[in-house]
Amino acid sequence: MRLHLSPEDQAFRQEMRTFFTTQVPQSIRDRVAARRELSKDQMIESQRVLNAAGLAVPHWPVEWGGRGWTPLQRHIWHEEMMAACVPPPLAFNATMIGPVIAAFGNQAQKERFLPPTANMDIWWCQGFSEPDAGSDLASLRTTAVRDGDTWVVNGQKTWTTLGQYADWIFCLARTDPTAEKRQRGISLLLFPMDSPGVTLRPIELIDGGHEVNEVFFEDVVVPAENLVGEENRGWDYAKFLLGNERVGVAPVAMIKRLLASAKEHAREVTVDGVPLAQDPLMAARIAELENELVALELTALRVVANSADGKPHPASSVLKLRGSELQQAATELIVDIAGPLSVASFAEDGSDVPDWARVATPSYLNYRKVSIYGGSNEVQRTIIAGSILGL
Amino acid sequence: MDFNYDSEQNDLREAVRGLLARAYPDSEQRRAVVAAEPGFDEKTWSRLAEMGLTGLPFDEADGGMGAGPVEVAIVAEEIGRVLAPEPFIEAVVLAGGLVASVGTEAQRGDVLGALAEGGLVPAFAHAEPKARWSASASGVTAVRVGDSWTLSGVKEPVPNGARADLLVVSAAIDGGTGLFLVRADAEGLTRTGYRNHDGTRSAHVRLENTPAEPLGGGGDQTPAIERALAEARIAYAHEALGAMDTALRITAEYLKTRKQFGVTLNKFQALTFRAADMYVSLELARSIALWASMVQEAGGDVVQAADRARLQVSRAGRHIGKEAIQLHGGIGMTAEYSVGQDTSRLTAIDHLLGDGDWALGRLAASVTSYETVDPLGAPYA
Ligand SMILES: Cc1cc2nc3c(=O)[nH]c(=O)nc-3n(C[C@H](O)[C@H](O)[C@H](O)COP(=O)(O)OP(=O)(O)OC[C@H]3O[C@@H](n4cnc5c(N)ncnc54)[C@H](O)[C@@H]3O)c2cc1C
Repeated sequence: MRLHLSPEDQAFRQEMRTFFTTQVPQSIRDRVAARRELSKDQMIESQRVLNAAGLAVPHWPVEWGGRGWTPLQRHIWHEEMMAACVPPPLAFNATMIGPVIAAFGNQAQKERFLPPTANMDIWWCQGFSEPDAGSDLASLRTTAVRDGDTWVVNGQKTWTTLGQYADWIFCLARTDPTAEKRQRGISLLLFPMDSPGVTLRPIELIDGGHEVNEVFFEDVVVPAENLVGEENRGWDYAKFLLGNERVGVAPVAMIKRLLASAKEHAREVTVDGVPLAQDPLMAARIAELENELVALELTALRVVANSADGKPHPASSVLKLRGSELQQAATELIVDIAGPLSVASFAEDGSDVPDWARVATPSYLNYRKVSIYGGSNEVQRTIIAGSILGL
Repeated sequence: MDFNYDSEQNDLREAVRGLLARAYPDSEQRRAVVAAEPGFDEKTWSRLAEMGLTGLPFDEADGGMGAGPVEVAIVAEEIGRVLAPEPFIEAVVLAGGLVASVGTEAQRGDVLGALAEGGLVPAFAHAEPKARWSASASGVTAVRVGDSWTLSGVKEPVPNGARADLLVVSAAIDGGTGLFLVRADAEGLTRTGYRNHDGTRSAHVRLENTPAEPLGGGGDQTPAIERALAEARIAYAHEALGAMDTALRITAEYLKTRKQFGVTLNKFQALTFRAADMYVSLELARSIALWASMVQEAGGDVVQAADRARLQVSRAGRHIGKEAIQLHGGIGMTAEYSVGQDTSRLTAIDHLLGDGDWALGRLAASVTSYETVDPLGAPYA
């Protein structure tokens, strides 16, 4: 047991910190710090800055831009990036389809897709969920039927995040309706979002934002060469994709940032001349959250320090569960610090409500999503109870 | 002691429920109404007025119906049930309530009569950008020149402040906080309205040497404000009950119909137990909200009763709002679907006049001054 980072890891951390705080445009980092949405162009620009420095896809195989880092280094990379308010590389590209193509795609697919995926020349969206296939993803009904050397796709996806920006979709479709096990008849297909027969309908969320969509497929023709890996093995790839990333599952640095800004606001807001941060109830609440976060950060470190052989540490399942809860608790805290100003979400010029207070409640409402997507917290508990406790 | 409504109160509830069910048959209708200015439906407001609801708690002599806090609570709960955005609590309970308790006979006649008839919608301009929840004012000050008064400063966020026909404004005066009436067309008054996250409206209100008429006999009105805020907190508790009730009912319904893994979600005890816990929160909140209204009617310590209701309802609203979304999965996150709207509204209610921790802080300050709490005894009854 040893508390300190090794000198190499300390130097690595410094290198990351310097890069993130000096090389990514300040305007982008300011926007992230203000918890305001980035534009499509800003997201692309930021990922390209990272990619040019070899920092967009460090976890990919080395020949495709990976860095061969230790899990701890990847953790440091991720935390420094978040701490500096640098938007992380688009998950659909960097942690989802990229690694799948790298692991299961053929050489032609790797060459065709991996470099533009790392560089955001292709913006990917994830076509998994359907209206009737959420937690029970294997019940998906979108079909792909073979026709000569093409697949013809029909059906509907939903909750497709940022589909409105996407160039391509990676899509699970049923290719063998007769398979005995539902999971066995699913394939993973790649196709452009502007293919004839693809239509997109925006879904407005409770915060008033537009980040998800319904996507409809009507006789969409996909060249056979755009099937990833083997036919009817899409489920395995989907599981690989969802279980692949252990780093950044618990957004520790992001929660830290939220708590730091919460404290800053709580010092500015006064009650009868006394800073709210000195209110014993408020101070106790912040201290409790910080302590929970320390426990989470240490668990994340324990997981990365122990997963050198590539196998996930069993405790990693607590990261998503508790990480999402703490993220939500931190956003709720900021709403309460904003207090009466927290209703004024869409105040405009001329308002005396500071921007952070305007953003507070939409952001809190929006973050209800983090315990729903990417394997809901109920699914996480099912994993802990089943796979770990054997219940 | 009796927690039941009498037959007239039941009739009132049915009538209000019927009216609002026609106005807001589904969450889409509510969404359409709040998408347009002024953020509520003027026709529905008129119908509420025709039913006597906009004059409900005021004396008959002032043009009201002479009803009590229980009737107000009934209306508020029905408003919450469909998230009707009409400013019943803001205009009637709060702004109207202040005019009723503080105003001169002439002011009561003018303002409350017109409010009861539906022709005048007042708002209470009290919140200040640099103040937290408080019964006093400091950001707007009143200056007297001869017989007339002017106000200067900023009030924000003022619920329904841009649409309002008349503002009841709190302002710092020598020795306390006074209340003033400011007309919508008053000189030096600038109002900038905007949407709140829950679809209702607030405004930034700037006063620059704006002529104002003292409400009632003038002087420090802090106790009257404290009391009006307490009564509004109790009314909001009932509005929250309606919203929580809807969120729970819809969630339970959804668990019975949504299928995953070949079965409806209610086959998963992990989820049905969570719905059961929501029910526990709701019923505890209901008890304390009903009690607070009875304390108000009995003339007990309405401020403390309101704090207790505020705390319990705040906790319940957060619990139920979050769980309603979570148990729905993605669909609960959408603007179209009602549980997300319920949660947004519950979050707004929670922060309008003091949140749960704020009420807890006030209650905590006095725990050593009594041995046990007797909800049926002093200081409540
Ligand atoms: C903002 C947002 C963005 C998203 N982005 C994408 C995207 O880009 N691409 C994509 O494919 N999908 C995306 N999703 C979809 C997401 O993965 C699903 O919402 C998630 O899988 C849950 O499915 P559901 O919404 O259908 O809920 P359901 O599966 O219907 O679940 C409803 C509730 O029941 C619980 N539940 C379900 N089964 C069980 C069980 N067996 N035991 C106990 N509890 C259970 C769930 O946890 C949840 O609380 C997104 C979702 C959101 C909210």
